[in-house]
Amino acid sequence: MDRLLFGDNQFFGVNHMSEEKARAQAMRFQSVDAVMGVLDAAYDAGVRTFMCTTHDRVGEIADRVRLDRERYADFAFYPCMPYAHKYANAVTEDGMLGAVKRFLPGEGLMNAAIRGGSSMARKDIDGITTLLIDAEMKMFQGLRTPVVFLQNVIVDLLLGLGFNAAFRVFADHVRERYGAEPGFITMNLPALVPVLEAQGIEDPIVCSNINKLGFRMSGGVAAYERTLREHRFRAIAMSVFASGAIPAEEAIEWVCAQPNLESIVFGASSERNIRQTRDLVARHWDLQPVLA
Amino acid sequence: MTSTSRATRIAVAGIGKMGLSHLAIVNAQPDLEVAAVCDASGMVRGVLEKYTGVVTYDDYDRMLREVELDAVLIATPSRTHASMVRTALERGLHVFCEKPFTLAVQDATELTALARSKGLVTQVGYHNRFVGPFAEVKRLLDAGAIGTVTHALGEAYGPVVLKPKGGTWRSRKEEGGGALYDYAAHPLNLLNWYFGGATSVGGTVLRPIFSRETDDEVHSTIHFAGGESANISVNWSDESHRKMTTRMTIWGTAGRIFADRQEIQVFLRDGAAVPEGYERGWNVRYGTELTGGVGFYLRGEEYSAQIEHFAERVREGRTDGVNGFESAAETDRVIAMLIADAATAAPTLAPTPTATPMAGPRHAEVRRPRRRVRFPWGVPQPAVQLELREGS
Ligand SMILES: NC(=O)c1ccc[n+]([C@@H]2O[C@H](COP(=O)([O-])OP(=O)(O)OC[C@H]3O[C@@H](n4cnc5c(N)ncnc54)[C@H](O)[C@@H]3O)[C@@H](O)[C@H]2O)c1
Repeated sequence: MDRLLFGDNQFFGVNHMSEEKARAQAMRFQSVDAVMGVLDAAYDAGVRTFMCTTHDRVGEIADRVRLDRERYADFAFYPCMPYAHKYANAVTEDGMLGAVKRFLPGEGLMNAAIRGGSSMARKDIDGITTLLIDAEMKMFQGLRTPVVFLQNVIVDLLLGLGFNAAFRVFADHVRERYGAEPGFITMNLPALVPVLEAQGIEDPIVCSNINKLGFRMSGGVAAYERTLREHRFRAIAMSVFASGAIPAEEAIEWVCAQPNLESIVFGASSERNIRQTRDLVARHWDLQPVLA
Repeated sequence: MTSTSRATRIAVAGIGKMGLSHLAIVNAQPDLEVAAVCDASGMVRGVLEKYTGVVTYDDYDRMLREVELDAVLIATPSRTHASMVRTALERGLHVFCEKPFTLAVQDATELTALARSKGLVTQVGYHNRFVGPFAEVKRLLDAGAIGTVTHALGEAYGPVVLKPKGGTWRSRKEEGGGALYDYAAHPLNLLNWYFGGATSVGGTVLRPIFSRETDDEVHSTIHFAGGESANISVNWSDESHRKMTTRMTIWGTAGRIFADRQEIQVFLRDGAAVPEGYERGWNVRYGTELTGGVGFYLRGEEYSAQIEHFAERVREGRTDGVNGFESAAETDRVIAMLIADAATAAPTLAPTPTATPMAGPRHAEVRRPRRRVRFPWGVPQPAVQLELREGS
């Protein structure tokens, strides 16, 4: 894994500080060209992994990358699925089962319907889960996706419910079908890691908020530090600036000092900020990728 | 019930969109134990039972009879709230109920009295009161920071109904569907928190945009006992918002406050009673600093914080606290006032003619309608008919 990963919140109007900023970003990044401009700047600055939701618009970015394989030879996508709003809105409109039906992949509909339909009848989640994963992965066909993440909304929902077998289903399918490492995003790192261990998921990649403020580090900073020190997993830190609440230097210095951290995912909208973050991190870390 | 050292035994009724997230949060609380869940859907029960081992029921009353419980969380469609809450209270259970509390003011009043007579802990899921910036507004108003409040604007926008469609209870008024119950209830409840019960309302518009039976847009002027007036502006057919956005703007003689989930912006004039940590002129504080952490996070601190608050109150047997039935009943009351007021101005119920052009691109797909639908206002809507066929 690269030590610096590029996130996508800024492209899709997600900002934890201000609706106004979120809207300004949504306007600025309405065109794929604007998004590609920033991704190119990141790529040229050596930040070559794009950790992104399976938003429809990411499909357009994937198309661009596919079209210019030479330029993007080292470009990797880390898809994070599912894009939850898509499903939440569908559930509101169609109810839960209606929503599942809506997202069955278009191609091989018969096959999908059988896998999905009979798995629904048996109340068996394997079929339907793998089906939804495949539907979300379609947009990345032919591209490098060495790590595939399950989004925090789903991870933490399953974790809270105690639906632990689903983590294993996800991990196995991602490894077998896509030759990728399974990743899990969570706002509850200390609670999640032991559950993944108990499911026999070896050395999972886990991405969570890790910042000096303790912002969205449920269970508290101390529990996070303990988890990082005492458990075997590959940790990625996100929200290291706590949405801008911590000054950049202070934020990076603190996070780079955390034990056993493998990568940092950050978002930025300009070449200047990308390079600034990269250079800050380079002062504390060797930026060579960590090999698994 | 007095405080106990063992975990509170709670059941969750209605495992839909909201109930599922409540179940996850409740299940993650160290001092709550999920003793059973209840849902009408066999699929939902089967999957939960098989993968999480939770005990499930299809019948709420039977669950309450058979399972030893201290409390119940109700997240079924709104129409069912009143009777389910009543059964629970009669059995001496503490109740957390999703919003809106009831669909009839009389139910709300009776249930509030019943809970009080039994000394039970009650709470309704108006989670915005647990959002840092909205709670800060309350604190500032109570401290008189912006002087005498004259006016407020409560807003809620989001992308729920974006085309003529509707296969769920949300599209039926008698079930508690519509933007009034679903969206407007939130800013209304905040206004109740800030200014108390409404004394009168006027100029209410409950307007369908794409829905057949229910309102997609809500506007009204509301008056409060302290002399404050408020406008509400609500639209759940607004795709310019990525998700639901609730906002509050309040004008006072000594300043102005704007708040949403992310931040609070406060302008204080000369002569304002400047609270600690604030200064004259503009002040901006972010949710990141105003919102405390939670033990288990799922989808916003406020959803967990309200459950933590309920659990703590039950543990300590505290009937006071945030979002008790009495406060939610005030919101039911203002909702009823809006419905009555809108009915006196019935013509505004007609969907705006622009609804048709907005659905324009879809017209090309409309085949000859098989069924003619008569609308009260006599405007046939081809796009609506298409949806009727698809929906069946
Ligand atoms: N606080 C909020 O912001 C918020 C958001 C969404 C919903 N809600 C409220 O939560 C409640 C549920 O909404 P939802 O969106 O989850 O609806 P939903 O339709 O997704 O879920 C309702 C669930 O209740 C079950 N059910 C229906 N009747 C039942 C009965 N008699 N006994 C047992 N189970 C029954 C259904 O099978 C379904 O699973 C509503 O009152 C709604 O207003 C609040």
